[in-house]
Amino acid sequence: MLTLHPQVSVRPEPFGALLYHFGTRRLSFLKDRRLLEVVRRLDGATTVDDALSDVPVPDQAAFRSALATLEKTGMLQ
Amino acid sequence: MKLVDHFATGLDAPICLTWELTYACNLACLHCLSSSGRRDPRELSTQECKAVIDELQRMQVFYVNIGGGEPTVRPDFWELVDYATAHQVGVKFSTNGVRIDRAAAERLAASDYVDVQVSLDGATAEVNDAVRGVGSFDLAVTALQHLQDAGFKDSKISVVCTRQNIGQLDLFKELADRFGATLRLTRLRPSGRGADVWDEMHPTMAQQRELYDWLVAHGEGVLTGDSFFHLSAFGSALPGLNLCGAGRVVCLIDPVGDVYACPFAIHDAFLAGNVRAAGFQEVWQRSELFAELRQPQSGGACSSCQHYDSCQGGCMAAKFFTGLPLDGPDPECVQGYGELALASGVREVPKPTGDHSHKGGVRGGPVALTLSTRRPDQLCEENPLAGLTI
Repeated sequence: MLTLHPQVSVRPEPFGALLYHFGTRRLSFLKDRRLLEVVRRLDGATTVDDALSDVPVPDQAAFRSALATLEKTGMLQ
Repeated sequence: MKLVDHFATGLDAPICLTWELTYACNLACLHCLSSSGRRDPRELSTQECKAVIDELQRMQVFYVNIGGGEPTVRPDFWELVDYATAHQVGVKFSTNGVRIDRAAAERLAASDYVDVQVSLDGATAEVNDAVRGVGSFDLAVTALQHLQDAGFKDSKISVVCTRQNIGQLDLFKELADRFGATLRLTRLRPSGRGADVWDEMHPTMAQQRELYDWLVAHGEGVLTGDSFFHLSAFGSALPGLNLCGAGRVVCLIDPVGDVYACPFAIHDAFLAGNVRAAGFQEVWQRSELFAELRQPQSGGACSSCQHYDSCQGGCMAAKFFTGLPLDGPDPECVQGYGELALASGVREVPKPTGDHSHKGGVRGGPVALTLSTRRPDQLCEENPLAGLTI
C-alpha cells in the first residue's frame, strides 16, 4: 500500500502538480491532473488498483509507470 | 502543451526563488554578481522578512535559495532560517563559510529542511584566493570540515566556472568527495562586478567544450542549477529544464525587497517591483515586466539557427551585461555567433544601477594584478612616457 512520503509537499498546477521532497530536495512533475487525483487517493490503505479504478483502461499503464517512478524516487512510500 | 511551455508562460508561484538577505559581506570577490560588500541601510527588517516568508508559504514556494552578500552575517539569520523551515519553506543557503563553526554545523545537521552551499572558486588556495581573497579557501574548507564532523549529510560545494579553474574540475570533484559533498557548478555571468572581469575570466571556447564533456560524463551526479543550457548546442541537452526561468519559474528578492527577474539581473531594466509596496505575490503575478517575459519570445537573429531549440538563445543577463541585443546570440554561444557579435559593431555596455562594493576593498581582498579591469578611455590616462625607451 502506497502513500505520499510525509516530507513531500504537493502544489497543484494547471498541467498537473509539482511535488517537492524536502528530504531528498527532489522536484517531480505530475503531468496530468488526473494523476494528482490518483496520488491523493493513495492513503496507505487503498490499493493502486482501487486508486486507478476511475482511470480509463488505456491510460492505466502510463499511470502505473508514473507511480512506480514516484515510488523509486521516494515520493511515494 | 508541453511541460516546458507551461513553465515558459509562467506559474502562479515560482518553483524556487533566490533571496539575497544582505549586501554585507566579509569578502570582496572580484566577480561578485551582486556587487556586495556594504550593508544597505534600507535592508528588510526581521519582521518584514518574516512577512515575506508567510507569503511564500501561502504561495507554496517550496524553498528559497538564500544568498547575499554573506547571509550568515545578518544577526537574525538563524532566526529567519528557523522561521522559514517552521513554515514549510525549505532553505538552501550559500555561504563563504565565515560563520559555519562547530556549533552552527551541529545545528544544521539537526535539520532536515536546510541545505548548505559553500562557495569555492578554486580547488586550490592559489586559484581560489586570487579571486575570493586571501584566506577564503581555508575559510571554506574549515566550514566543510565542521559540517562533515557534525554529520551534516550532502553539503554542496558551489563553484563558478572560470578560465582559471576549468582545468581543476577533477580536483573539485575529489574535494567534494573528500567532504561527502556534492559538487555544484555554475556559470560566470557578467553581472555586478563580474562585468569588470568577465573578459579575462569567462571560459574560452575550448574550455566550454571541456566543461560540456565533463558535465555529460558526470550526469546528474553534479548539480548545475540549470545554468549551462547554452552548452546544449554542442550536442545533446544537459540534465535539467534547459530553459531561461527568469520571471517565469524563478526570480530574485534583493536585501531591500526589490524583486528582479533573476539573480543575475540586478539592474533597473529587470526590476519588477518591491515587496514592501504590495507584497511579493502581487509583484510576481501582476508586474508588467514579468508579464512581458512570459509572452512567447522571439528568437531574433538566432531563430534560423538549427541549435535554437536546444539553447533558446542562451542567457538574458549574459547578453544584457555584455551589451548584446536580448534577441540575439549569447556572448558565449558555442557556435561562435556570440564572439562575432561581440567583435562586430559598437556595443554599449549598460551602466550598473546598484553597487554595494567595499570602498577601498577589504584586508586580504583579491588584487586584480593580472585581471586588468578596463582599458583607459584615452591614451593620455596612461603615463605618457609608457613605451618610450630613454
